[in-house]
Formats: sequence, structure tokens, C-alpha cells
Amino acid sequence: MTDRRAARIELSGVTKQYGAVTAVRDVSFTIAAGSLVTLLGPSGCGKTTTLRLIAGLETVTSGRIMIGGDDVTALGATDRNVSMVFQSYALFPHMSVLDNVAYGPRVGGRSRRQAAESAREALAGVGLAELADRLPSELSGGQQQRVAIARALVLEPRVLLFDEPLSNLDARLRRQMREEIRALQQRLGITVVYVTHDQEEALGVSDRIIVMNHAVVAQEGPPRDLYESPDDVFVAGFMGETNRVKGVLWRLDERTGRLTIGGLTRTVPHRGLADGTVDVAIRPEAILIVDGQPTGGALRGTVSQAAYLGSRMEYSIASEIGELFVTSPAVDAPLAPGAPVALTLASHGITLIRP
Amino acid sequence: MRDGLRRWALVWSLVGCAGLALAPWYAASDGAGPGKLQLLVPGLALLAALALRNLPLRLGRATLGLRLMVLGGGSFIYIAAQGFAIGGQPGMGLGAAVVATSLVMLFALGLAARGFFKGDAFVAGAVVVVAVLVVFFTLYPVARILLSAVQGSDGAVSGRALAERLFAAKIWRLDCLTGGRSCGVGWNTLVLALLTATTTTALGLAFALVVTRTGFKAKRLLRVLTVLPIITPPFVIGLGLILIFGRSGLVNQLMEWAFAVPPSRWIYGLPGVWLAQTLSFTPVAFLVLIGVVEGVSPSLEEASQTLRADRWQTFSRVSLPLMLPGLANAFLVGFIESIADFGNPIVLGGNFGVLSTEAFFSIVGAQLDQGRAASLGVLLLVLALGAFFVQRRVVGRKVYTAISGKGDGGRPAPLPPFVRRLAFGVALPWTMLTLSIYGMALAGGFVETWGRDYTPTLRHYAKAFSVEWGGTGIIWSGSAWRSFWTTLELASIAAPLTAALGILTAYLLVRQRFAGRAAFEFATMLSFAIPGTVIGVSYILAFNVPPIELTGTGIILIVCFVFRNMPVGLRAGVAAMSQIDGSLDEASRTLGGRSFVTLRRVILPLLRPAVVAALVYSFVRAMTTVSAVIFLVSADYDMATTYIIHRVLNGDYGVAIAYSSVLIVLMLAAIGLIQLLVGERRLRRGAPALEALPTGPIA
Ligand SMILES: Nc1ncnc2c1ncn2[C@@H]1O[C@H](COP(=O)(O)OP(=O)(O)O)[C@@H](O)[C@H]1O
Ligand SMILES: [Mg+2]
Repeated sequence: MTDRRAARIELSGVTKQYGAVTAVRDVSFTIAAGSLVTLLGPSGCGKTTTLRLIAGLETVTSGRIMIGGDDVTALGATDRNVSMVFQSYALFPHMSVLDNVAYGPRVGGRSRRQAAESAREALAGVGLAELADRLPSELSGGQQQRVAIARALVLEPRVLLFDEPLSNLDARLRRQMREEIRALQQRLGITVVYVTHDQEEALGVSDRIIVMNHAVVAQEGPPRDLYESPDDVFVAGFMGETNRVKGVLWRLDERTGRLTIGGLTRTVPHRGLADGTVDVAIRPEAILIVDGQPTGGALRGTVSQAAYLGSRMEYSIASEIGELFVTSPAVDAPLAPGAPVALTLASHGITLIRP
Repeated sequence: MRDGLRRWALVWSLVGCAGLALAPWYAASDGAGPGKLQLLVPGLALLAALALRNLPLRLGRATLGLRLMVLGGGSFIYIAAQGFAIGGQPGMGLGAAVVATSLVMLFALGLAARGFFKGDAFVAGAVVVVAVLVVFFTLYPVARILLSAVQGSDGAVSGRALAERLFAAKIWRLDCLTGGRSCGVGWNTLVLALLTATTTTALGLAFALVVTRTGFKAKRLLRVLTVLPIITPPFVIGLGLILIFGRSGLVNQLMEWAFAVPPSRWIYGLPGVWLAQTLSFTPVAFLVLIGVVEGVSPSLEEASQTLRADRWQTFSRVSLPLMLPGLANAFLVGFIESIADFGNPIVLGGNFGVLSTEAFFSIVGAQLDQGRAASLGVLLLVLALGAFFVQRRVVGRKVYTAISGKGDGGRPAPLPPFVRRLAFGVALPWTMLTLSIYGMALAGGFVETWGRDYTPTLRHYAKAFSVEWGGTGIIWSGSAWRSFWTTLELASIAAPLTAALGILTAYLLVRQRFAGRAAFEFATMLSFAIPGTVIGVSYILAFNVPPIELTGTGIILIVCFVFRNMPVGLRAGVAAMSQIDGSLDEASRTLGGRSFVTLRRVILPLLRPAVVAALVYSFVRAMTTVSAVIFLVSADYDMATTYIIHRVLNGDYGVAIAYSSVLIVLMLAAIGLIQLLVGERRLRRGAPALEALPTGPIA
């Protein structure tokens, strides 16, 4: 059963109910072997439950789960060859770091010597070889995280699961740990499912993102697709700040259409929407503040609030098409509230939203 | 990997066969073997279970499970049914016990094979075994006592017999109000319980406020005082009170000598029992209330102060209302303790009878009326369970915890001066009284005859614990040795069993989700609420006759200890296990550890303090309990406490006091020893883990 190769994960029609609460409803998706896929969504949308269903810590109410081509729906966590890094790390507080990592091989029936040997190897893999004799309580948060990862990897699982792995770390450490996890995954080529509620983290780490909302999958795709062409209002809003405005669509061909917003026009994918008035989501960085009178027309507006955030400026701008939220990299030339501005639209970051 | 289940089925079938073939089926050793009928069914079932080994794999686990369930469950029911139905058989013995156990285990394996308990054979076995034990040793005896209470003298079941007994004039008469004889024991019990609950709650609150809300220095001393009643046999306080306030006690002698006041007997009766119970149960109320007082979030009090409330307003409008549910809980705990108490009323009650003592006298006294004992027991049970359920509802609402979110720092508000003076004014004299009673009880063992001759002597110790060297070695010639060794032996056997059963049950309740869990929890907690007297009477009724004939043996005492005290281990285990993050279990599971491995390698090591607490408590309580045991002791198995009670009833206070002191010292030693043996696991270097010792009713 020990299978060194990464495994593909397939959920079909998976539902999980706790009494009257449906935590996961009819979820289906496939995760390619050797990829890192994030489950992203607001708190309570069912991410953790989905992850625990894959781990075998919960049993499905209905549906089927396949890992590496085997139907594991009826198997318990012990028999799935799937490892998990818990949000709280779940290190055994009464065991040394080495014993924690050696736990899996030990209860799997390997000798004390063999178990300690593979544990040392795994610890070396996360750069903690010299802390083997400490107790978990004597480690920093980041070190505990690494021990948890070593403990999960020592059994060479087919799939590695992370539940909000960075939520207990401080902001500075978070980016470093995220990069380490990504590097480790690429080096070992294992399948990783990664749960987070932070869209930036998801964008930074994933091959693909599965956005969940209210117990169902809202949208699935590569990070760029989700950010730039969200399917609906929820995904658009969850992946980042957006401005929602009305526009008029005129289909040009199979794929694209001409979108008119308050005198500005852009060519965008029409996404199957009919001609006429449509909802549009515009990223704040896709609204450009221009000097003078640009060719091709502009929107007129007045700055109503301005904030300096170090790397960028944030403005609220009252315009002909409504109140707009705009970011600008031009921190050297800040605009004061009351200043009149002309606005145009970038060529990306503008999406039609299905109703 | 899942053939583990088949392997265990094979093992248990073999164990059953061995029990059938090698061990005597009946307990009585005088030859008469069981009829063929009794053995045929279980024998065939076990052989069939053995044959299941060859069941083709393709038939699947569901089929295997069904067969195991039918074979195991069916023949277990058969054994039980024929045991109850066919009269004239001797009580069942080792053989029957082994066979029954293996059949139960086969049934549990069948359940697991069919996917119950997530297919986990260990969990299935544990749940089924605990359930069967609780049914046989808690529910069945209680059913028997209920049955006895509704049976008339002719044996026929009638509601009238029950009604007559429950509402008998003797229990509910009110003569004492109209100047007649004493009131009925029902009223006595109720009034005493209400009085005791009131005083213990008030005193407990005073102590809790002193410890948590004042700069009082000797906090540790107060904490130690709370351990005293746990290691004290329940009548020691009564003895101490007699030495001080009794007819020939210090106070009466002083009054007679100084003012020629004739000695008074006020201590024997309601006032004395009330005082003794208040002394005994105040520490319990204190332990309940200290958590309550500490649970009042300081930030709420600080908020009140920043809103310009003064100390008294803050105390009366914020702190006190927040403590109300906790006070109600402490009151109910005191009420339950009081009605279940046997030791104090029997020592000090005199003509003031309560339900527990009355039940005792109607079984051992000249009346020998089991029906009456049963109905008094049922009444006691109704009161206790009623209070228990009210208490669970009060606690269940948990109004007083987690009121404001996390991250509460802040300092508790100082008490208003008036409340502060009151708390100190109550707590300090009370502490002195408690200490002097214990001092008196200890000193009483070293004088000739209290009240008449205060010559120092070791006579009482010699009488009880003398040792001689004879030709063949040591001769334990003291009169107490016999009961002493019996007590030690039975308590040592019972303690690990109790702790194991309690912790295992806690694991099942906290960590496993299965169908029927609520009923399971209810049944295990039920035995907690049953007063010891009721257990005593019901065990006599249930286990005096085959098929489970245990009276007169040491086993019945051990069984009684285990099931009386198991809830303490259970509570310690539940409390400790709820502190252990469930993700530790899950981490172990994803790393390949099955439930038993997880329990042994992850949970138990983390539970050490709870295991120690459970061991200590079950040992100590086995040594100090009176109420249930006094019904179950026999000539061969006399216990220390019952021996002492009988000395007290004979007026032989010297030996009783000497023996009690020895018990207290012994238990202190035992606690130290167990602590040392089991050790303490540190999870954090430098800071030893603080352990919270649970308490429970001591009756
Ligand atoms: N053991 C449980 N019992 C009952 N409800 C649960 C349980 N676990 C999760 N839920 C519910 O299922 C929903 C999804 O929970 P979860 O998967 O933890 O969300 P997320 O991880 O996305 O924040 C929530 O509404 C939660 O209350
Ligand atoms: Mg979650």
C-alpha cells in the first residue's frame, strides 16, 4: 500500500451532513497528481470538512472519494496513506521532537532504530536535525510547524493535507513558511491539498484554487483566472476588492463583446451573456488615474478620500458611474480630497459578472 | 489489516471454549455440575464461532458480523435467561463468567464487523463490555429494589403496597410540630438536607471569597483543609463532635464544673447531625464555589467600576448575580450529599432517624423487613435523582462560564469592606472549629476514657493493633488487624479496576461518537447519583440469590467499590480529556495509530494526573466508605469502617478513634506512594503541571 508516487484525488458528489447542518453539499472535483491545490473560502464554508473527508477523519454522508485510483470512501484515516498537518500542529506534547516524528513508523510496526533513523532523515529535510531532543513546547511556532510537516512526511504519504497552516504564525514568518511549503512540494512532487481563507496566500502558493462558498464549490481554476475572470459576484469579491458597475454589452463574435461603461469602451470576453445592460466587476488597480485629457475619452470624478499605504495610494472617487475604489502606485504625487481627476480603464481586470 | 477482527474472533472463541471446558460452571464447589441443557447452547455457539474462521472472504464482513452477533448475543441471552428462569441452580461461577465474557466480546466484534463504531473492534468491545457491566451492576440492582418496593408481603406486585410504604405515617408524620414524639424520617431527611445545603453553601462562599478575593496569606492551608474530608472516614467528624459537645464532652464538663449546669444532650439529634454534615461538606461546596468565583471575569467587574459603581454595587449587581447558578449548584450538591449521608446520622442521630439510617435498621435490626428497606431506599433514590437532575440542568446551562470572550486580564475587584469582614468572620472561626475537632479526634485515642479519666495511654492502639511474636512468626493479635488487612486488600484490588473502568468510559464518552451514546452516558452518570444506602440495599436484594450470588464474598465489596467510585474516575477522565485537543487523536490516526494505540501512546500518558487522581480517589473512598458497605460486609469480609461503626455503636470510642487515626495516616501515605509510583509527566520544563483533584460525594 505504500506508494511513493503522488496520487490523484477525485471527489464525486460528496455530501457531509451534521444533523441538520450540511457542511459540504454535492462537491465534485479532481486534483491532479503532484499538484498543489488550495481550498479557499470564507470561514464556515466547509473547507476543513472537505479536507477531513479526504483524510478519512470524517465519513461522507453520500458520494465517493478516490485516491490514486482506489475507492477509499469506506476506509478510515488509518488506512488511507494520507497525512495531515493540523491547524494547531497537534504535536504530542509529552514526546520529544524525534519521538513525534518517529511515531508513525513506530506504530506502523518498525523497530525503534529504524523509526528513529527515518525520523532523523525527515527532520533533516526540514532543517531541524539539531532540535530532535527538545519538547514541542520548547520550539517556536515556525519550528513546530516544520516538525508537524516532518512528522507528516516521514510516512511518505501519497497525499499531504494542510489545514490553514499559516494561521498561527506572525505575518513576517507567514510568507517564508508558505514558500518553504511550496518548495518542498515541488521537490518531493507530492499531491498537496491546502486549506486557507486568505486569498493572497492562495494566489501565492497554488497550482489551482477551488473556491468554496456555503458548502458548495463556487469556482475552480488557476489563480490568474480566478482573480481576473471570476464567475460571480461572490468569487469576484472574495478574490480581492472590486468595483461593481453597470455597463452595456454588444457581442462581437463567439468569444468577445464590446463593453461600454460611461463613455469608455473595452473589448472583453462576453462569457455567454446576452446583449444589453450587464454587471461588471473592475479591480481597483484596473482603474487608471490619468493626467490631462486622454485620447479615447475619460470618466470624470472627484477624489473624496485618500489614504497612503506605503507601497500604494488608495482613493475613493466619486464619478459619473458611482463611487469607485481605486489604487494607484503613484505615491510620490498624492491627490488631495476634492481634487478633480480623469479616469480610464486598463485592458485587464475587468470582468462581466453572471447574474 | 482488517483481519485483526477475524483474529480476535478466533481468540475469544478459544477463550470461551477454554472457560467452558476447564473452569467450573457454578460457583459452589460441591460437585453438582450443570445440566446438559445449560452448556449445550453456548458450547455449540462457540464451536460455530470457531468455524467462522473458514468463512470465505468473499462473503464479506457484513455476513461475518451478523453471524458473530447472532451467535454471541443469542447465547449470552440464553445463558442469562436460563439462569434467571431455572430455579434451584447454584450461583454461576468462573466458567460461566468466562463464557459469558467471550460471548459478549464476539457480539461486539460482530457489531464492529457490521460497521458500527466506525468498524473499530476495540471501541466496540469497550462500549459493549461497559454497557453490560453497568446493566448488571447498576441498573439490575436498582430494578430489583424498585420491584421489592412494589411487592406486597405476599410477593404479588401491587401499587397499593408501594403507596402504603412510600406514604407510611411513620415516614411522614408531623408529631414533633404538635409537641408529640419525633417527626417522620422523610421530613427529617428533607429538613436536614435543606439546612445543610444552606449552611455549606454560605460557608463555602465565604471561604471561596477569602481565598480568591482577599490578600489572605494562608491560602494553601485552606486548600489542604479541603482534602481532609476526602481522606477522613465519614464518622470522624461525628466522633470529634461527641468528644467536644457530647454528654461527657469537654464543653459539658466545663459547664458542669464552672456553673453546675447539668450535661446537655443537644448534640445527639438534628443540631448535631446538621453541624457534623456542615463540617463534612463545606469543603465540597468550597471546591465548587472557588471555580465559580474565579469564573467571574474580572473585566466585567472592572467595566462596572469604570461605570462609576462602587465596590458594593459592583459586588451586589455584577459579581453576585453572575455567581447565582454556581451557588444553586453548590446548594444542590450539599443537598445530595446530605440525604446520601449515613456516617454522621448513625453516629450522632440518636432518635433522629433519616432515610438512610432507617433503611439500615430495617434490614439489620430486629425488624428484618426487606420490603420496608426497599421502599425507604426507593424514596431516597427519588429524592437523590430529583436533586441530581435539577442540578444537571442548572450546571448544564453554564450561565456563569465563558460570559465574556477570551483574553481576559484584569484584576478581580476587591470585596466591599462589609462583605470582606463577614467572610473572614465566618471562615476563620470555622477553620478553628474544624481543626480542633480533628485535633480532638486524634487526641481521643491517647487517653484512658474520655470524660472520666484523661490519663495518657496507648491502650487503645494496643488493643486494636498489637502484634506478638509466636513460635511460627508474627501473630496479629490486635482486634482490628483482620478488618484492616481485608480493607487494604479489597481497596488495592478495587482501585486499579475502578480507575481503568472510569478512564476507559471517559475515553468512550469524550472521544467516540456512536449510536446510543446519550443513553450510555446517562446510565454511567446515574450510578453517581444513587445514594450508597440504596446501592447497599439493592445489592443485597439482587445478589443474595442465584444466578449471580455474591453476598458474603469479597467480590461483592469490590464490585460495589468499583461501581460506586467509577464515576469519580470518569469525571476526572472527562475533565482531563476535554483539555486534550482532539486533533492529537486525529494526528495519531492519520499516522497509522488505531484507537487502542492512540489511547495507550497518546492519551494515557497525557492523562497521568487524572489517572493518579482516579487511583487515589478510588483507593481512599474504598477505605472510607460506609453507607453501601455496611450492608454487604460479612463475617469473613469485615471492613475497617464498619468495624469502627460497630465499636462506636457499642460506646467503645477509644478503639474507634485510634483506628480512625491509623486510617487517616495510612491514606496520606497511600496518596504519597501512588503519586510517587505513577509520577508526574512534565510537558514543559520548569513548570510542573498543576493537577486539579476532583471531588465527589463521600457517603
Ligand atoms: N463536527 C461538527 N458538528 C456539527 N457541525 C459541524 C461540525 N464540523 C463542522 N460543522 C459545520 O459545518 C460547516 C462547515 O465547517 P468547516 O468545514 O469547519 O468550515 P471552514 O473550515 O470552511 O471554516 C460549519 O457551519 C460548521 O458549523
Ligand atoms: Mg476551518
